[in-house]
Amino acid sequence: MAMKVSAKFWREQDARYNLEGTRCLNCGSYFFPPRSVCPRCRRKGKIERYRFSGTGRVLTYSVVHQPNACLRSPYIIAIIELDEGVKVLSEVICGEDEIKTDLRVKAVFRKLGEDGEKGIIYYGTKFVPA
Amino acid sequence: MAGIISYGVYVPDFRIKADEIARQWGENAEAIKSSLLIEEKSVPDLDEDAATIAVEASRAAIQRAEIDAREIGAIYVGSESHPYAVKPTATIVAAAIGASPSLTAADWEFACKAATASFQAGISLVESGRAKYVLCVGADVSQSAPRDPLEFTAAAGAAAFLMGSSEVIAEIEDFTSFTTDTPDFWRRDLQRFPSHGGRFTGEPAYFRHTKSAAEMLMHKTGLRASDFDFAVFHQPNGKFPLRIAQSLGFRKEQVMPSLTVTRLGNTYSASSLIGFAAVLDVASPGDRILLCSFGSGAGSDAFSIRVTSHIEKMDRTPKVKDLLNSSKYLNYAEYAKHTRKIVALPE
Repeated sequence: MAMKVSAKFWREQDARYNLEGTRCLNCGSYFFPPRSVCPRCRRKGKIERYRFSGTGRVLTYSVVHQPNACLRSPYIIAIIELDEGVKVLSEVICGEDEIKTDLRVKAVFRKLGEDGEKGIIYYGTKFVPA
Repeated sequence: MAGIISYGVYVPDFRIKADEIARQWGENAEAIKSSLLIEEKSVPDLDEDAATIAVEASRAAIQRAEIDAREIGAIYVGSESHPYAVKPTATIVAAAIGASPSLTAADWEFACKAATASFQAGISLVESGRAKYVLCVGADVSQSAPRDPLEFTAAAGAAAFLMGSSEVIAEIEDFTSFTTDTPDFWRRDLQRFPSHGGRFTGEPAYFRHTKSAAEMLMHKTGLRASDFDFAVFHQPNGKFPLRIAQSLGFRKEQVMPSLTVTRLGNTYSASSLIGFAAVLDVASPGDRILLCSFGSGAGSDAFSIRVTSHIEKMDRTPKVKDLLNSSKYLNYAEYAKHTRKIVALPE
């Protein structure tokens, strides 16, 4: 039986699994999600794929008192500034008593959700205290 | 000589004490703990499965080896709890470690010895020159039915080993296997939890196969128990590995460094391999290790492994004993949620 296959998710797999973005060799800017053109350098820019280190700090966060796709409740969603300077939105897996701005975090590989019992499982990056 | 060039272990943060499981079912906790030599066991987080913990262990192994993951020629993942029945965990691991698509990858199944079976193929690929590096992983979020005695031990953990032929930290000198059709423990297709033959899992299964494979190895290599510095066995509980070690002529001191089951539980495909990693954590150049797995169904793979001087150049932190330290204890209801034993939970 044909089921939904998320082609969009599959196309973004490198970014979701390995925090793979891009950087411009001309001006040194980093991009996540990846950009194929540097908005600053335009046609002078030289874009290459770049795997982010996966370490950074919490800029801001919210504690959500509804279960997420993996039934964690409450869970914490945060904007994380990676050490290269780009910002990503991700779940931070820790207790409410642990989360704070400037908390050092590192990337881990976790389940993000699934398309029901029969559908595909989505994996990707979340963060834990470093 | 080809062998292991790196290793990595992952253990989830959560634990449940044997006392808490016994309390839930009205069992005598002290009797169970002294019978199984189990204090507590690891439990996966809500968003962890065999694939995610296999990835974490593999990333740790690759980081230690300081190799380019694109040079790995084969990835094998042994597990009893692959998240898909059809769709290899090894493909997920390959993508998540940044391996090249130009590789062979497969999932292995032989109960708790699936990963050591892949060791034999992996080392052979390296020895024959068909692969520069091979990644062999044992990973399980072990299943056990509620109230089954297995529930006191079935745990979560992963161990990954990179095989190669240069900068080898532990040479695989030789190996043997002993395999029969013995129905001691099984899980039928579409069943959520395994079944087992109770006491039948002991003498005709674990002890016969482990002893036979180890004795075959010692006969083949001419080595005696006293020639090994360490002996590592599959650890379904704390008693079995100690008893088989004694019957093979090993002293308790040769086995204890690998005995992680008392605080970790039985991590099925990763069980003997996490014990092996705990030994590599403390081993010195020249040490010889007997590794003997057991997989229900049933079979055992025995390996003679010699540690080399390259192990001293490797950063062996965090050690397995560090990974066993956790204070995130769950009660039974939380544990049931983590292990999806509450079947009416919404998706």
